[in-house]
Amino acid sequence: MKVKKNRVHSPWGGFFFVLPSILAMAVFVYGMIGYTVRESLTNRTNAWETEIKFVGLTNYRDLLVDPEFTHALSNLLKFTIVFMIGCLLSGLIMSLLLEKGIKGEGFFRSTYLYPMAISFIAMGTSWRWLMDSAKDADATGLNYLLQKVGLGALQSDWYTSEAGSMYAMALPAIWQMAGYVMALFLAGFRGIPDDLREAARVDGATEFKIYRHILFPQLSPTFLTVLIILGHISMKVFDLIFGIATKSYVTKVLAIYMWQVIFDFQNYAAGAAIAIVILLMIAVAVIPYLIYVNKTEEANK
Amino acid sequence: MSTDIASRVTKKADIRNKRKLDGKGQFWLVFRYIALSILFVIAALPIYIMVINSVKGITGVSQSAAFIPPTKLDFEAWGPTWDQLKVPMGRTLFFVVQSSLISAVIGAINGFVFAKWRFKGSTVIFTTFLFGMFIPYQAIMIPLTMFNQWAGIGGSIYVLVFAHVIYGIPICTLIFRNYYAAIPNELIEAARVDGAGMVRIFRTIFLPLSIPGFVVVLIWQFTSAWNDFLFAIFLTGGSPDLAVATTALNFITGSGNQVYYGNNMTASLIVSIPTLLVYLFLGRYFLRGLLSGSLKG
Repeated sequence: MKVKKNRVHSPWGGFFFVLPSILAMAVFVYGMIGYTVRESLTNRTNAWETEIKFVGLTNYRDLLVDPEFTHALSNLLKFTIVFMIGCLLSGLIMSLLLEKGIKGEGFFRSTYLYPMAISFIAMGTSWRWLMDSAKDADATGLNYLLQKVGLGALQSDWYTSEAGSMYAMALPAIWQMAGYVMALFLAGFRGIPDDLREAARVDGATEFKIYRHILFPQLSPTFLTVLIILGHISMKVFDLIFGIATKSYVTKVLAIYMWQVIFDFQNYAAGAAIAIVILLMIAVAVIPYLIYVNKTEEANK
Repeated sequence: MSTDIASRVTKKADIRNKRKLDGKGQFWLVFRYIALSILFVIAALPIYIMVINSVKGITGVSQSAAFIPPTKLDFEAWGPTWDQLKVPMGRTLFFVVQSSLISAVIGAINGFVFAKWRFKGSTVIFTTFLFGMFIPYQAIMIPLTMFNQWAGIGGSIYVLVFAHVIYGIPICTLIFRNYYAAIPNELIEAARVDGAGMVRIFRTIFLPLSIPGFVVVLIWQFTSAWNDFLFAIFLTGGSPDLAVATTALNFITGSGNQVYYGNNMTASLIVSIPTLLVYLFLGRYFLRGLLSGSLKG
């Protein structure tokens, strides 16, 4: 039996079937990242330039003192904080409202999740109009709505003012991703055996205590997943901001600035350096996460 | 794992809400419905705005009535908008169908190997694939543009087929790997005893069971490629001959053109209809794709 098994089941057969993909990943993910790193150490200004020189870390040093870059970076961090907290809270609230099951659950769930199916270039049209900065008599969109419900004092410049732009820009992002977070938390809640909850109830624990001491601790892997997903999406945010405000200064983030540096300022090397900065910010969180996932899967085998 | 997670989300709550509600329980039920309805209004508002303002004609969108549905339907904006969009949308459809099909085939093969035909180091290689899911595409865009010129596909729509196939490998592999991992090993053992090789086992046992997996991957790749803007704008260089749905839409609604909200809303709606229809009819599979990207539940 053993002999036969070995004959038909070559241990390296599988390797040859994934070899094309391995090569593709090696070239187009890792190789190209390497190439971008290399470009970021040169003085290349456009794609067809042939005489390029290596200039070491000059591009990165220049970025540190480039006010546009630090502006875009601080915008990105503001956006990330509001976006992540907003998504976590709203997704958690949605899942808490639904997790015990309620008539019409499927309907609510589907409505909360549909934004994930639409492109941000399309939804940007609606959001640009909703967040129109005209006020009082000229108001449209949310400002108009706020007046109608007697909250006229809350009218805002939304994404057009220096102070609040990134917080306003986080609204459509939260709107798009909250349903996704809800789905992740729902999956988390429903993966917890009902017996745990029932046993605590029998012991006389209040609903609040059940959540606090039994359910939430079980959700910590889900929390970690959600943080990683939201974090990496936030770091590379591009469509969302481009779709609403294009290259406006007040809402500029790293991905938008990179685009500008490459195509408007014709500085490929500096653009490459910005891309590598984005990559590094993602990698410091994602690589440990992947190693952790890998380890826990091995342990469960 | 992914199928598992998705069915958890959609699973009917069983014993939890069967107990008879007391006064407090009824209060919480009403509270939950009110909160869910408020969230519903917020979630639906942007698409509601889009839909009602697309049927008010090109110039009929007035500020004060923008939240109110029109008294009569006026599809004036639809004809000219569709004329602007039909060619780019056809182009998107052309490349999206190809890239999704190729991605699904690659994903199925890879997924099978990583789930059932492991080799030494396959877990490590799989993990290095997964990292490809998280990278910002900005970090590969410059060499990719150069590669496309060199390979002679720069300046044709095939750059997008190529990009979506290559950078779709991680997620498609992951979806199929999780899908196949849920199929019991006993099936393989039994077939092996009968003398079947792994390729035959894949072809005759796993492929016929794979239809839901294919639906998940096809929908996922279709939706993300249809909605993609970053690859499209980088790799087609904004050339009108290569405009796809999202870049054409961005051109129409771009900031210089804000006055014609009726036109803009209509264009945005038209571009969203294909993915919305897929979501409406195959939402369950979309959810599976979405959750499989989470790696862990």
